[in-house]
Amino acid sequence: METVSALRVKSLYKVYGNRADKAAEILRNSADGDEKLADLSVTAAVVDANFEVRRGEIFVVMGLSGSGKSTLIRMLNGLLPPTHGTVEVDGIDITKLKPAALRKLRREKISMVFQHFALQPHRSVLDNAGYALEVAGLPRAERREKALQALRMVGLDGWADKLPQELSGGMRQRVGLARALAAGTEIMLMDEAFSALDPLIRREVQDQLLELQAELGKTIVFITHDLNEAMRLGDRIAVMRAGRIVQIGTAEEILTDPSNDYVAQFVADVDRTRILTASAVMERPLGVVDVNSGPRVAARVLRETQTSAVYITGRDKRYLGTVTADAATQAVREGRKNLQEIVSTEYARTVADTTPVADIFAPCAESPAPVAVVDAAGRLAGVIPRVTLLSALGSISPDVSESTTTPEPTGTADPAPTNDAAQTSDAIPASDDVGTASTGSGPAATPEVPAQVVAEPSARMTGGPA
Amino acid sequence: MNIIERLNDMLPYVRIGDGFQTGVDWSRTNLSALFDGIAATVDALVDPLVELLTAPPAIVMVLIFAGLGWWLRGWKFGLGTALGLGLVAGMPIWNQTMSTLALVLVSSGLALLLAIPLGIVISESRRASAIVRPVLDLMQTMPAFVYLIPAIFFFGVGVVPGALATVVFSMPPGVRLTELGLRQVDREVVEAGEAFGASPWKILLRTKLPLALPTIMTGVNQVIMLALSMVVIAGMVGAGGLGEVITTALFRAQVGAGFEGGVAVVILAVVLDRLTDSIGARTASAKAQRAMQEA
Repeated sequence: METVSALRVKSLYKVYGNRADKAAEILRNSADGDEKLADLSVTAAVVDANFEVRRGEIFVVMGLSGSGKSTLIRMLNGLLPPTHGTVEVDGIDITKLKPAALRKLRREKISMVFQHFALQPHRSVLDNAGYALEVAGLPRAERREKALQALRMVGLDGWADKLPQELSGGMRQRVGLARALAAGTEIMLMDEAFSALDPLIRREVQDQLLELQAELGKTIVFITHDLNEAMRLGDRIAVMRAGRIVQIGTAEEILTDPSNDYVAQFVADVDRTRILTASAVMERPLGVVDVNSGPRVAARVLRETQTSAVYITGRDKRYLGTVTADAATQAVREGRKNLQEIVSTEYARTVADTTPVADIFAPCAESPAPVAVVDAAGRLAGVIPRVTLLSALGSISPDVSESTTTPEPTGTADPAPTNDAAQTSDAIPASDDVGTASTGSGPAATPEVPAQVVAEPSARMTGGPA
Repeated sequence: MNIIERLNDMLPYVRIGDGFQTGVDWSRTNLSALFDGIAATVDALVDPLVELLTAPPAIVMVLIFAGLGWWLRGWKFGLGTALGLGLVAGMPIWNQTMSTLALVLVSSGLALLLAIPLGIVISESRRASAIVRPVLDLMQTMPAFVYLIPAIFFFGVGVVPGALATVVFSMPPGVRLTELGLRQVDREVVEAGEAFGASPWKILLRTKLPLALPTIMTGVNQVIMLALSMVVIAGMVGAGGLGEVITTALFRAQVGAGFEGGVAVVILAVVLDRLTDSIGARTASAKAQRAMQEA
């Protein structure tokens, strides 16, 4: 990563009205500027925006309509001149550029995707995809080749000779995307790019964008009013309200630590189980024993912590598995010294710390002891007892109360993993493959109740299960 | 009552007509070179066109128009054109009809040459639009005969005053519909052009004008229709053609001759209207609009 960020916005203001300059000055210099503006009959669309967009990230600006996000994005490529402040693209302050230089910069560095696609209806899909290249003055053959390549990327190469009107909405927006891709700019601005699409199609093009992004690593500024979309796409999210950016952070930061009531309210109805990861809900494990310390230590820790199993770590704190109370006492009785021999990976399932909460329910239900959470290096990061998962869900969605009043099969609402190993292993057959469990992809093994708990809010929030 | 009478007496004596007269007088003395130039240009355009249209035998021209109609709109319209124009040729006022056609083509051509650029300018600037619109209203609502008076004053009797009065009278819809068409172009599409770094010229030529073309073509159609209606009036100042046929019939109370002239005007109007309309429908963006409606 280079030191210069792709985009840097400093104290940016956009005020509409005859006395915009004066209004911007008032806003800059006084804390209660908003009240003073009432006399000036001006509209402050963007107030004191400050942020940087790093190379290769998707930076989402989220806010309701009228929050100034469309005005903001139009200042990033100079379509709208700011009332005050600077916008730097690759370290160049575009607010100081002359029109011709600004056009050159747009051709070379910033492309844009529009809410209503903004395709030229009188020209073919291919001509539309190659529009940026035509503007840049590329010869026809070269333009054609690059445009076709971009259409291929979005899966529309068979439609090159059609008119945009002959395509569905989702396909038209893919042409819009191809046009921006063909431009070959590092930065792409996407203004409510998917908002005009049906939910299912929206999801499809979101996936496509994420795939393309993984491949191409563009710097993307994405505007949306849809929180789920913001959470799905954004590496970082800026929440806007009434022209001000109220919080910038990752999806998780915004969910778990909203900077004010507005953000909190905004994020209240998002499907958090898809956003929050294991690391956000995990707890510190009660009993952790080094593999070299022996069965006696394990038995003592088990007694002290009143748990059914301790978590065993090896060199560099790498997670190895669990030792149950039964196994430890038996080993002590038999006088064995090596803890390694009795470590089991069956008693507690393992998930990665980046696993979405929605995918932890199955392993959690199958695991007699709290699920072990490991980080990328394989170290034990924490554990998730069932009760923690359920209470995290409770704080996530107000609708969970409905699910908890329904009759539950044994085990799911048990406050702590039971120390009766025999009973649990009867109720839930232990899997011999921890590897698959850790990815959380075992729909057949998913017990009914937790599945409903997941499925219900996600169906409501995203319009259908993933 | 006394007060009202006094107020009435206080109304100033205004003769804006005097001012206009003075202006026209001044122009005639000082701008005569300009008017001579305009007159020469119009003559140079109309005369050869009349000759071209009347050179072949009437039947050849009828068949040419019929073929054009067939090509642009289909065989039914081609047949209709042949019958209609054949009737005109048989009346026989063919030469008058062709000289009217020449006058219409030249004056609407000149009108569009002024109207379309003006429409482009006022579509870009709200201020220019606010200034031009009332002038257009004036041009359109002023009784058509009024234009003839200064036109005769500047150019004498003949084709030129008729053509120029026609230009003034028929221009407004061309300006208005050009402005409307350009303003109706999807804001986001224009913005996309800007966002990809296209110059204003390029956006105008490659995006805005093609998209506004169906509306502009409606304007062209309107201009031609107005020009045709004015050409007959222009016959009163000696512009010749069907206008002369009709005015002569009027002064001599020849009902039959007047009717013939009227029928010829109607046939010419229908042919011109349908032909220009189908040219508008053949533009790429008109096709795109149809595709949108079908989708």
